[in-house]
Amino acid sequence: MMARKPIEPGLWILFSVGGVVAAMFVPVLLFLFGFAYPLGWLPSPSHTHLVALVGHPLVRILLFIVCTLCLLHAAHRFRYTLYDGLQLQHLQELIVLFCYGVALVGSVAAGVVLWQFG
Amino acid sequence: MTTERNRYTEFRPRWYRPRMSTWWWLKRWSSVAFILRELSSIFIAWFIYFFLRLVHALGRGDAAYREFLAWTASPGILALNGITFAFVLFHAVTWFNLAPQAMVVHLGGRRLPGAFVAGANYVAWVVATAFVLWIVGR
Repeated sequence: MMARKPIEPGLWILFSVGGVVAAMFVPVLLFLFGFAYPLGWLPSPSHTHLVALVGHPLVRILLFIVCTLCLLHAAHRFRYTLYDGLQLQHLQELIVLFCYGVALVGSVAAGVVLWQFG
Repeated sequence: MTTERNRYTEFRPRWYRPRMSTWWWLKRWSSVAFILRELSSIFIAWFIYFFLRLVHALGRGDAAYREFLAWTASPGILALNGITFAFVLFHAVTWFNLAPQAMVVHLGGRRLPGAFVAGANYVAWVVATAFVLWIVGR
């Protein structure tokens, strides 16, 4: 088994908070932008309305936190999918680097997109 | 590093490490469900990418936003989002059902029943969903 590292509980807390955020907000957002608007079930909101919404600094800060937590949640869970599902415990370092690396790059990308908005 | 002490000797005891098949989880439904739940991580990541594309398009103007909406209506993206939605719902439901195990709440010296903790999570889910529907769709 893996040696317990002091950082592990912190990563688990982030995984856990990210899991709550993903469960609370992703289904409704995906329902709206994935189906309801493209299939015409609901009239799609105007560009002006959404820009006013995302343009608010507080909304953008919240969206950045949501994106980062979701990505860290996904990275942590995918890491254990590779360990347990594919039995790759021997590639620990590589997997950790890949999973959290992608989450980090994604979070920076989210920060850039939200920072440069409007 | 090979040193005198750990160099191979004939009678060195070997570790007992049974080989696990890569497909070990196919044998029981509960472990298949476990792996499916783990795979929801990929779809959460896809959603974040999808969502950031929306924000990016919004920032570039009305035409880019229309282009994004047209892209989301293409069959491939609709299908991918359909699969994503199934995985995300599976994540949400299993997450809320597990909440009582992760969160032990005491009130007045007594432990709240698990159904109460799970129920509170579902209520919060409904409130969050209603809030997003209202603020985005208004």
